Amino acid sequence: MTEPLLRVRDLKTYFVTEQGRGTARAVDGVSFDLYPGETLGIVGESGCGKTVTSLSILRLIPEPPGHIRPGSLIEFEGRNLLALAPPDLRAIRGNQIAMVFQEPMTSLNPVFTVGDQIAEAAIIHQHLSRKAARARAIEMLTLVGLPDPAERVDHYPHQLSGGMRQRVMIAMALVCHPKVLIADEPTTALDVTIQAQILELLERLQAELGMAVLLITHDLGVVAGQADRVVVMYAGQVVETAPTTALFDGPIHPYTEGLMAAVPRIDARKSRLQAIPGQVPAATAWPSGCRFHPRCPHAWTKCTIEEPPLLGVGASGDHSARCWLVQEPGRRKRQPETE
Amino acid sequence: MTAPLLDIQNLVKHYPGRPPVRAVDGVSLTIAPGQTLGLVGESGSGKSTVGRTILRLQEPTSGRVLFEGEDVFALGTGPLRALRRRMQIVFQDPYSSLNPRMTVARTLREPLEIHRLAPPAQMDARVTALLDEVGLDPAFADRYPHELSGGQRQRVGIARALSVEPRFIVCDEPVSALDVSVQAQVLNLLADLQQKRRLTYLFIAHDLAVVRHIADQVAVMYLGRIVERAPASAIYTAPRHPYTRALLSAVPEPNPRATRERIVLSGDIPSPAHPPSGCPFHPRCPHPKKNERCRTEAPALRATSDSPAHLAACHFAEEPM
Repeated sequence: MTEPLLRVRDLKTYFVTEQGRGTARAVDGVSFDLYPGETLGIVGESGCGKTVTSLSILRLIPEPPGHIRPGSLIEFEGRNLLALAPPDLRAIRGNQIAMVFQEPMTSLNPVFTVGDQIAEAAIIHQHLSRKAARARAIEMLTLVGLPDPAERVDHYPHQLSGGMRQRVMIAMALVCHPKVLIADEPTTALDVTIQAQILELLERLQAELGMAVLLITHDLGVVAGQADRVVVMYAGQVVETAPTTALFDGPIHPYTEGLMAAVPRIDARKSRLQAIPGQVPAATAWPSGCRFHPRCPHAWTKCTIEEPPLLGVGASGDHSARCWLVQEPGRRKRQPETE
Repeated sequence: MTAPLLDIQNLVKHYPGRPPVRAVDGVSLTIAPGQTLGLVGESGSGKSTVGRTILRLQEPTSGRVLFEGEDVFALGTGPLRALRRRMQIVFQDPYSSLNPRMTVARTLREPLEIHRLAPPAQMDARVTALLDEVGLDPAFADRYPHELSGGQRQRVGIARALSVEPRFIVCDEPVSALDVSVQAQVLNLLADLQQKRRLTYLFIAHDLAVVRHIADQVAVMYLGRIVERAPASAIYTAPRHPYTRALLSAVPEPNPRATRERIVLSGDIPSPAHPPSGCPFHPRCPHPKKNERCRTEAPALRATSDSPAHLAACHFAEEPM
């Protein structure tokens, strides 16, 4: 098997909360691998730690109040990013690992033209001349399918629509042909017809450029369509990971299962949605034992006391779930039918 | 057939400008009592403006709205206030639509006081009953909005709308800001309340899957106009307008084995200040029959060959795509 491009091991990113009253354990022991050329989806709801995970990889966590705990490892091509000196880190950030953010308006600088913003990374990392960088910017705008690229290169962000801004963000991220693209909710702020355009664009560019994509999203539909493998996060931890089809065919963790049952479907009308009771607990006070136990329909005493590790499911070796049901499947209660 | 509870006739809302922004450009809709009409569209389609204008939170440019036979746009201040007891709204963002300096109890008491719906001695009991109805513990009465989660805030927003015992509620993207597990809770709550209180909803949303779940009828808006309107089951299984077809095909399905073909529209939604000539959808339309007529002649919203209840504004609605 090929070596992973990016290895994350036991990543812990904590925040000291206001008034210093507690520590929010936003990311609390997350591990996963990203292989060359693949799309790994990280899915979860607000507060599960998915965005903090992605920001931690590029060390974009503001310190203070945040800090990445000793013992965490983020390895890119064999080098621990957490141990790199700032100049070495800068040589990787935006060059070999690039990022696309959710809100294209707030992540573009309103006082520079889009051409200048795309060219910046090429000038810094690839030492292109201004003229060559501008030509590269036009080339990138063409690649991401922006109409009239030679004209748009001199436009400011406010002159573009939301979908065009997101194309510019992608052009900016890809200008140095990174090996890893981290896309954090890249289509969440967009309308559904524009989302379809951007997802198609990402798919095409990934095939053309051969990069690996870490796709962070709350949308199970987006994950199902784009990802090769999925990591499901809840309360700062990975609760299940599997190849995409295996996960959707047979989710093991009751949270994954609950999430799938809660999504309204376009292809069938359910008379009633299955909601997950309660809400996500606060990161300053994760529940004891399994962090999902207060909302879990199957939980028994053990779940309230002992935190389950990620347990392998089946013999394939690529599906695991953080749930005692893996060892004691007999305790799974029959779900009430939704119809 | 029963008389509609709400009858919107040729509603127009233009915002001044050079040229004016044609946010709503001739919308006609009816909603029968006890039914839910899902009003679907992307940003800038005018769907929220329709919701706000029929409640007169914004004044219309022209058109007529009849609520239980009463002409909403002709009412003076007093009768309008009385009407607002019967028509309520739940907003998208449950944070900015609740007063951060008012406790939940005060938020719920205010409409009861304005409309004199309960004597002071009964106020607390009414508040407790409302909280109970939306699934919140009575202890929430003393909390402030910042102490609540998004789902809890939206429950308070719903309780506030219910407090005056309306017959009709405009739900303007009521679950878009919520996580999916909580979204399901709130959708179920809205469905339960509709049954129990025989409510009529105008449910405005951009999420077609959510609307499928709750709506009896669906209307699709594009650039200020209705492009298709049909019973929910018909619109999801046999959409007729090319925009509806593209919209449905673009929704990502939580199924990695999905085989549905995605119709990817080119270009952006035009500005409602500069709507295209003829059919407003023609520059992006992927219909193979698209021709000169689409560029010059705006298609009327008409019954399709499917049924008199299935309307579409397309010259080629019956043609396969």
